[in-house]
Amino acid sequence: MTELTGARSRPPEPRTARVSHTPMPGRARRPGRITPWLYLAVPLGLLLTFTYVPVAILVSDSLTNWDGVSPDRAFTGLDNYVQLFSRPELFGVFVVSLFYLAAVFVQIGLALYLAVILSFSVRFRNLFKGIIFFPYLINGVAVGFVFLYFFRPGGTLDTVLGWFGGGPHLWLGNPHLVNVSLAGVSVWRFLGLNFVLFLGAIQSIPGQLYEAAELDGASRWHLFRYIIAPGIKPITSLSLILGISGSLSVFEIPYIMTGGSGGSETFVIQTIKLAFEFNKTGLASAAAVVLLAIVLLVTWVQRRLVPDEKADLV
Amino acid sequence: MVNVRTRALGGVLVAAALLVTACGGSPGSAEKAASPSDPATVSGEITVLTNRTDLVGDGTMKRYAAEFTKVYPHVSVKFQAITDYEGEVKIRMNTSNYGDVLLIPNVIAKNSYPRFFAPLGSATGLAQKYRFTGKGEVNGSVYGLASFGAANGFVYNKDVWKRAGVTAWPTTPAQFLGDLQAIKAKGGATPYYTNYKDGWPLTKWTDVLGSPSCDPRANDKLATAADPWAAGSDLRIGDGLLYDIVHGKLAEPDPSTTNWEDSKGQLASGKIATMWLGSWAVAQLQDAAKKAGKDPASIGFMPFPAQSAGKFCPVILPDYLYAVSSHSEHKQAARAWIDWTLDKSGYAADNQAVSTVKAAPLPAALGPFTAAGVNFVELSQASAAKVNAIDNASEVGLTKPDYRQHLIDVARGAASGNLDSTLAGLGKKWADGAKAAE
Repeated sequence: MTELTGARSRPPEPRTARVSHTPMPGRARRPGRITPWLYLAVPLGLLLTFTYVPVAILVSDSLTNWDGVSPDRAFTGLDNYVQLFSRPELFGVFVVSLFYLAAVFVQIGLALYLAVILSFSVRFRNLFKGIIFFPYLINGVAVGFVFLYFFRPGGTLDTVLGWFGGGPHLWLGNPHLVNVSLAGVSVWRFLGLNFVLFLGAIQSIPGQLYEAAELDGASRWHLFRYIIAPGIKPITSLSLILGISGSLSVFEIPYIMTGGSGGSETFVIQTIKLAFEFNKTGLASAAAVVLLAIVLLVTWVQRRLVPDEKADLV
Repeated sequence: MVNVRTRALGGVLVAAALLVTACGGSPGSAEKAASPSDPATVSGEITVLTNRTDLVGDGTMKRYAAEFTKVYPHVSVKFQAITDYEGEVKIRMNTSNYGDVLLIPNVIAKNSYPRFFAPLGSATGLAQKYRFTGKGEVNGSVYGLASFGAANGFVYNKDVWKRAGVTAWPTTPAQFLGDLQAIKAKGGATPYYTNYKDGWPLTKWTDVLGSPSCDPRANDKLATAADPWAAGSDLRIGDGLLYDIVHGKLAEPDPSTTNWEDSKGQLASGKIATMWLGSWAVAQLQDAAKKAGKDPASIGFMPFPAQSAGKFCPVILPDYLYAVSSHSEHKQAARAWIDWTLDKSGYAADNQAVSTVKAAPLPAALGPFTAAGVNFVELSQASAAKVNAIDNASEVGLTKPDYRQHLIDVARGAASGNLDSTLAGLGKKWADGAKAAE
């Protein structure tokens, strides 16, 4: 659900390093004003080429009736947007996103729980860290195929449930179960990312705080409640932002596993189908722009509700 | 459409494609790609785009090219095998770099062929020698020649059908359903397999069009039809049969996890009784039978269960069309490759397909059809551009799996509605699309 790319929305704050003005011996030349820009040129170039220029083209395509192939296209103004908003059924698919939204909370809770446990000294701690993070490293297409076998009738899940007397289910074929199954895959896949973020944040809390608290007789719960939880607040809110915007734009897992059939269609899958099956690239671009706007809006609302404050430790 | 589909992998490319900038390609030259009269005068290096990654991988294409260069010594042929053919080539068509010879992607609207491809000759001239010229014809010129054709029908396991006591081909949808029920009652085999997950086998149900009515103009009539799913129409009969199969629990219990590659082996070994496919599938299933240690002769092929004047009317359909890029610098050499592939290569015969050359004999897979005296129907494509425009505008998707996936969901109780309400909904969408496409 959460893609690393989303992290761009909140870059780490640069450390302000004090620049030494003592010239090096034999090199009296003053560093030009251009030097920092030279360093920035490559990342900025990539950012412009692969993010801002395509977004600009997307917006301009959304104002045309382009079919995706034809060399010519006509400017149609806001027609595509009018069409989009006069078809409320196109937004009905956001109901599916609610399943993934619920999964985000499960995912964050579970990741936090595991990160806290593994931040204390536990046997095989590094092994567990590796195991939990591993799914995030697997390519999404591979994850899709693995879980197709997992969910098949008589597949792994049915077999394991059978040992405990659970009946077989159509995990992907039952319209009431399919989104739960897919959201479950999503949790499995992205849990590792949240886990690593939390673990890193917890480990950056100075060790003396725990020692002092333990001397004062704090229990594990107290350590979590009064030291860890406030210490990782920025990461928690970042995870929520990534998770919520991710649940609005779910694509990979349902596209590979069901292709959006059987009531598992998401907004992005619907957009892809408009663009590539029905050749309505203009309309699909408009849909993509609307999704971008929705994600930005939700993020903005969230930031207003939970203002970005520094961790209030020390 | 014979190749193995890897839609999932394609999905990732599609996602990437969303970010690809579209540069409007400059129009190529309108120069004709004429057949060379003297092979020795043709020269140049041509690039051939193909969806047959398997044939390029195992060297079959190279062998064809070697044969070709014996006749045309100054032409060298390079192949580009593309797994996600539709998705990738569509994007390349925005540039001027889409090979010299290519298969026309299905998304390219017929009336824009002159913009992308070189004319191959007049329709009246080419139609004397080749089948399916109507599919590539725009204003009297032909821009694409079919690589091969296939008849549609049900591929079935003869042993399973025989065990259930059925020996004659059913002649009505009701009889067909009765036969599937007999197979189910006998047990041991899934009477019908939808291939719901892979999707594209479901799109083949549109090829029913023309069979029940035995009408070569069945496709053209969609351009003016008020409701393509009206009672008694071909699509109604085809989709109704699919609905009844699933509704009667004669198909696999979990359609959402089907697998095309697995299904071939299962049909060959008798775990699946029947699948609706093209005649090209017969050769693949016979292969699967050999691999499973079964007799390839147990794979049978039957026409759609409907008769007109006492005869079955299977439709013969063209597969991808070969075309020469209007940007090609070696149009003659490119045309020479197309001519040679259609006339001399034996490609169609090797694949048990219906050759585009009219004089060529029908493949062995269709032997039982000819023996039964069927009436082959070749659909007219005169209004194909219009039908395609309505289909896109309405977002029905006659050649997309979506609406039939929904129909199957309704039939198995996984979505609300019934056959009539679903088809009426499609009819309404179609009518709205027809208005929008005007």
